[in-house]
Amino acid sequence: MAKYVLKRLLGIIPTMLIIVTLSFFIVRVAPGGPFDGEKKLPDVVKKNIEAKYHMNEPLLKQYGRYILGVIQGDLGPSYKYKDHDVNFFIGSSLPNSMILGVIAITLAVVFGVTFGILASVNQNSWVDYLSMGLAVIGISIPLFVICPVLQLVFAMKLQWLPTSGWFRSGDPWTTVIMPSVALSFSYFANIARLMRSSMLETLRSDYIRTAKAKGMKRSTIIFKHAMKGALLPIVSYLGPAFAGIVTGSVVVEQVFRVPGLGKFFVQSSFNRDYTLIVGVVIVYSVILVVMNFIVDVIYSFLDPRISYQ
Amino acid sequence: MIEKDAKLILDVHGLQTYFKTDAGIVKAVDGIDFSVHEGETLGIVGESGCGKSVTNLSVMRLVQSPPGKIVGGEVFFEGDDILKVSEAEMRNIRGNKISMIFQDPMTSLNPFLRISTQMIETIRLHETNVTKQEALARSIQLLKNVGIPGAEERIFCYPHQFSGGMRQRVMIAMALSCNAKLLIADEPTTALDVTIQAQILELIQKVNHEMKTAVILITHDLGVVAGMCDNVCVMYAGKIVEKAPTDKIYKFPAHPYTEGLIMSVPRMDIKGEKGKLFSIEGQPPNVIDLPECCAFHPRCHKAMQGLCNRCYPPTVMLDDDHEVTCWLYGDEKQKKVAMARADEREKSEEVSK
Repeated sequence: MAKYVLKRLLGIIPTMLIIVTLSFFIVRVAPGGPFDGEKKLPDVVKKNIEAKYHMNEPLLKQYGRYILGVIQGDLGPSYKYKDHDVNFFIGSSLPNSMILGVIAITLAVVFGVTFGILASVNQNSWVDYLSMGLAVIGISIPLFVICPVLQLVFAMKLQWLPTSGWFRSGDPWTTVIMPSVALSFSYFANIARLMRSSMLETLRSDYIRTAKAKGMKRSTIIFKHAMKGALLPIVSYLGPAFAGIVTGSVVVEQVFRVPGLGKFFVQSSFNRDYTLIVGVVIVYSVILVVMNFIVDVIYSFLDPRISYQ
Repeated sequence: MIEKDAKLILDVHGLQTYFKTDAGIVKAVDGIDFSVHEGETLGIVGESGCGKSVTNLSVMRLVQSPPGKIVGGEVFFEGDDILKVSEAEMRNIRGNKISMIFQDPMTSLNPFLRISTQMIETIRLHETNVTKQEALARSIQLLKNVGIPGAEERIFCYPHQFSGGMRQRVMIAMALSCNAKLLIADEPTTALDVTIQAQILELIQKVNHEMKTAVILITHDLGVVAGMCDNVCVMYAGKIVEKAPTDKIYKFPAHPYTEGLIMSVPRMDIKGEKGKLFSIEGQPPNVIDLPECCAFHPRCHKAMQGLCNRCYPPTVMLDDDHEVTCWLYGDEKQKKVAMARADEREKSEEVSK
């Protein structure tokens, strides 16, 4: 197992190198550049700026310079925001997205798994229809509708929660509730649906019939005999889902004014802020790769048939 | 082996299990009677889909519901009608007094739990005063009894670390862990290769002889039946068409279907036409909305037109322990009455049209 873990961790390095290389070149293929504004800059000025960022050098040299920086943990200067580098933006926004994401995914797992199990053991009853109805709503209603509706109800009408802001003075955690609930909605829906179908499938399997024939109680059958097998699809879904949720959501961050990472995904692309784009891509892929690794490890704990050498 | 005046363990009367489907009601089991005594091995044979497995799942009250439902009949186990007891009482019977082993040992054990966990939980479920240590010791002994070498270590393995035959042994050990009175074996050897089959059957026979456990053996292998069973029920389309002690079934098969089944067993000494193996023509009927007739008549070479295709055959006792449901053995008076009734029915149907 230890050997496997080491092997997988080492495997992350080439994966990341490929991702960095691809994104470094792909962003430069897009038309336009970081210093092309509506007004054309005088050639001299543009040349000076490009010289400052080493953009007059051959592309391969720029690439080498960038890779060296990345290895040392320096994601380079932002091409758009003169006074800050990419490390600053990610360092100041990622923790906020992380807090939000972890709370949201926890909510999604707790409620998704619960509703999924309830729906599957009461198949075709009102419990099932209610849970799956909620899930369909969660999947089909876009965030830019859910967020304002939440604000309207809980902030404007009921006045229980502040409309927006992030860790405001006084009662800081209340500002976290609405954005995390909104963010968790579609994940909750997916998990509930996954859980329902995988639990239904597991409950129909031969070994559950054996457990019934042994005289086991329904609750024992569900939690002791069926749970592990039914959770496997959820675990594999959670890897990428976690990476997606902790790197933030543009809509939620905009509506609730959360200083998170999500907005940089969009902004940096519009600005052709090459280093920032590649920076957020790196953050996202590191989380994704690490999560997939964790998922595989959890798998081996859940399913004894899987063993890693 | 049945001893004289052995205790009646299971007595099934008129059991009916129907499945509601979109296409109609599937009468998977439609009014069957049979009984099992202490120490007896009863074989239930028939083609796929004739209702063998559903019969036994009904006895365990494990028919998936919906769509399945036991709609009629009585199942007396040690004197009580277990179709009437509460679900909690039924749970106490399952795995404790009636145990079951299934067709596919590869999928019938929980792949996520150790063998020890699965065995101990069964014992402690039904005997609450047993400690974990005692249950473990007993489980190891049970595994040894069914012939698992190195049971002390092997018990902590997961099912995937066992071969198919070994898993079926584990299933049997688990089924016996509470000294069940009745063991239902639902095609226990179908998924295993021939040598392992023989070992597993021997094991079941040993249990039957040594512990006086009554066994219901569901199979479509008549060779297995001949070697193992005291009595045989032949099922066709949800009904028992012939019931007799094993030697009588083989020597004097009364029902044309039983005859066909026995002829279909490959034999070294008898060759069919042009050296081909005999087979019963046609397919088993769709059990949705069976018309009022003998379900076997379209495939029967002895079918009597006007009778078999219009009237239910009567159940006739050929001997005090040989029962057959076929018009070949009905007397003339019965036939006349049945035909007259069929005429009347058809007339009234025409009128209503």
